[in-house]
Amino acid sequence: MSGAMPGRAARPLSGSMSRSEGIALAVAAWLAIAAPLAAEAPQRVVSMNLCTDQLAMLVAAEGQIVSVSYLAQDPGASAMAAQAAGLLPNRGRAEEIFLMRPDLVITGPYSNPTAADMLRRLGVAVLVVDPVSRLDEIPDRLAVIGAALGQADRAAKVAADFEAGLGALVDTGPERPRAALYGANGYSAGDRTLAGQILWAAGFDNIATEQGMPDGGILPLELLALSQPDMIVTSRAEPGASRSEEILDHPVVAALRDGAIPGRMRDSDWVCGTPHVLGAIADLRGAREEAGR
Amino acid sequence: MSLLSLSGLSVRRGARVVLNEATLDIGAGECVGLIGPNGAGKTTLMRAALGLLPHLGTSSLARMPAAARARAAAWLPQTRDIAWPVSVERLVTLGRLPHLRPGQAPGPDDRAAVAQVLERLDLAGFADRPATDLSGGEQARVLIARALVQDTPLILADEPVAGLDPAHQLTTMQTFRALADDGKAALVALHDLGLALRYCTRLVMLQAGRVVADGPPRKVLTAGRVAQVFGITALMLDSAEGPVFQPLAVTGATEGDS
Amino acid sequence: MSRALALLGLLVAGLFAASLLVGPAGLPPGASLRALVSGEGATGLVMREIRLPRAILGAAIGAGLGMAGAAMQGYLRNPLAEPGLIGVSGSAALGAVLALHTGLAAAFALALPLMALAGAGLGVGLVMALAGPRGGSLTLILAGIAISALAGALTSLVLNLSPNPWAAGEIVFWMMGSLADRSMSHVALALPFLLAGIALLATLGRGLDALTLGEDAAASLGIRMARLRLGVVIGTALVVGAGTAVAGAIGFVGLVVPHVLRPLVGAAPGRLLWASALGGAAMLLAADIAVRVVLPEQDLKLGVLTALVGAPVFLHLIYRMRRALA
Repeated sequence: MSGAMPGRAARPLSGSMSRSEGIALAVAAWLAIAAPLAAEAPQRVVSMNLCTDQLAMLVAAEGQIVSVSYLAQDPGASAMAAQAAGLLPNRGRAEEIFLMRPDLVITGPYSNPTAADMLRRLGVAVLVVDPVSRLDEIPDRLAVIGAALGQADRAAKVAADFEAGLGALVDTGPERPRAALYGANGYSAGDRTLAGQILWAAGFDNIATEQGMPDGGILPLELLALSQPDMIVTSRAEPGASRSEEILDHPVVAALRDGAIPGRMRDSDWVCGTPHVLGAIADLRGAREEAGR
Repeated sequence: MSLLSLSGLSVRRGARVVLNEATLDIGAGECVGLIGPNGAGKTTLMRAALGLLPHLGTSSLARMPAAARARAAAWLPQTRDIAWPVSVERLVTLGRLPHLRPGQAPGPDDRAAVAQVLERLDLAGFADRPATDLSGGEQARVLIARALVQDTPLILADEPVAGLDPAHQLTTMQTFRALADDGKAALVALHDLGLALRYCTRLVMLQAGRVVADGPPRKVLTAGRVAQVFGITALMLDSAEGPVFQPLAVTGATEGDS
Repeated sequence: MSRALALLGLLVAGLFAASLLVGPAGLPPGASLRALVSGEGATGLVMREIRLPRAILGAAIGAGLGMAGAAMQGYLRNPLAEPGLIGVSGSAALGAVLALHTGLAAAFALALPLMALAGAGLGVGLVMALAGPRGGSLTLILAGIAISALAGALTSLVLNLSPNPWAAGEIVFWMMGSLADRSMSHVALALPFLLAGIALLATLGRGLDALTLGEDAAASLGIRMARLRLGVVIGTALVVGAGTAVAGAIGFVGLVVPHVLRPLVGAAPGRLLWASALGGAAMLLAADIAVRVVLPEQDLKLGVLTALVGAPVFLHLIYRMRRALA
């Protein structure tokens, strides 16, 4: 199946550094206009988004970050819960964040944009960092946040370590088992998603892409059954009950798992585009090796 | 043979006693007119007698199991309730239910009985019409047919002639009287005292929940009671065609009026 | 009449087969049916574990809802009575959601249908206590609005309080219903209750027929009203509770089907029961096929389609009854 998509092996590492530098420069320029006081390295940084929380903690100096989102302290969702535990948690509300007197707020485009607008009106510098959907965007994001925090060198080192780690882990061999990522409501992530990229890097072909959904989408259970995947990776069950997750316990899913490679998914490594995705790739490769495929 | 026996039958509605110690017996061959002003307790007496209302005292019908009671007495309520546009024939056939075993469909005998009653009540031409499409008077006759087809020794009817044209008032009363003459019995609540006088073999007069008179029509319907219970004066004549009763004037307050 | 029933039966059989043959996988019919019998391979898995339970639930829940609608209309003597509209399904959904989100259903699988059944029983009991068999549309509709609103609000509250991030998004499912991705375990959970409810409701025909004449006349015909009322409550609770527990609240089936079929059975409430069971099965199977054909990639809710058909019928009925309502 991989033969049908030539050139794919090269894709994850094909990001352009010049583009990331361009973004970093643009951000720096914008910050200079919007908040001249923060032109030097900000000293009271607040992050409102689980993914920017982790990127910021990776590149910031000791004491530079005041607060991260409460989710960053949840070990189920965050790969850096231990580090976040010492910081103030926030719930992304403008009032609580303003009272922390931040000189820079970092957030994602979808986490409470009204609070971000309000903070901007109050004169706080706000940096919006897009989420990652490709592995090669992780160094970009590190660079953007590194530049904003005045920690470009640290960011470059973290990025270089990540790229080296990825280079060592990525599996471009000819044997590519077929796997499906299957989540609540039958959602299956395709190649053009972060989870899909993790799957790809671990040496799997993605059933969702095979079914014509490279961006992911609802994969009907019967199409999953007929595709006979070599591995099904289901997300960790959330606490409490939900009908959305019931599909993961469907007898068909159980039947497909029977004899397949046991797929593991530790959400904290999969959710955010940070260097911790290497842990997710390593897990999948480990599962593959154990199954001998 | 007694077909209905009430003894000390009382009904309370809240603190009010709406039927007070009614005692009476109805035997075969009787067409009993139940008369009294509005609110005297006529409907209450009949419903309690059938066991449809919680009551004190005893009623021979109320003590029967539901299925046996349905073969002992038919009940024609005053409200003309037809919920669905079923055909006249199907509606009347409901009267045969007490004679069918569970799950048994009406047979040829039942259909013959229905056809006969429809014929007798001048309804044969309506058999296939939806009952809800008929006029009020026609519906009333259809419901009488339904009660007749139940073929019980006793029939209780609440104001069966209300809203009927004169001809059908007369034929309906003739029908009830004919039942009595055939050895069955009827208890009929009536407001038309003239019809009561002409067709009933016996009258029971109620006032404020009490039976105040019970006996042959001419004995019950005296000028004094008509004035005392109904608050009217009336002309009563014996004609060649039988007794005539014509209300004339309102005299004023009645005793025990509520 | 028996010809109408036979035709309805054929329609249900055809739609049941169509439900087995329609799906995103687009399998050839012959091979599908062979795989259904043999159960072999991936096609066998799809036929036996995905499409068969869906078709069985569609037919059984539809039959139950159709029959419950006919029974409630017969008892309340009102063509506007419908389990979904007057809050019975909503109460059942509340019971189901409580069972799921208190963890009761996880500890004891039967808690799901039983709690839904209790909810439905409470809902239908309340409506019948408030409206009664006198045919009053106004009390019926007002009682229904109140019960629906309360049950809906409490269902949303329970789902919003859940620690599960998906739960709040499932309000739509509980309000509109869906048969997507149901399995044989759902069939095992719901079918016994559905069949028991249908069997119970089917015994009520004679009483409902007699009730055409009103409560008093029906009682004097030997119908035991208390028993009839209990039969309607328990039968409706069984079918609506079990159906809602696994498929959510599906409205309008019990309204449209008896309304359409009433002229075919001479308006007799008793004969309408079985006809509505077949009609309900046909309507729900058709709706479930339509959601797969119209928007195959989305989980379009069944209630969307049944409401598109049912709401105009409801408005038409209100239009015809408005003088009685005023």
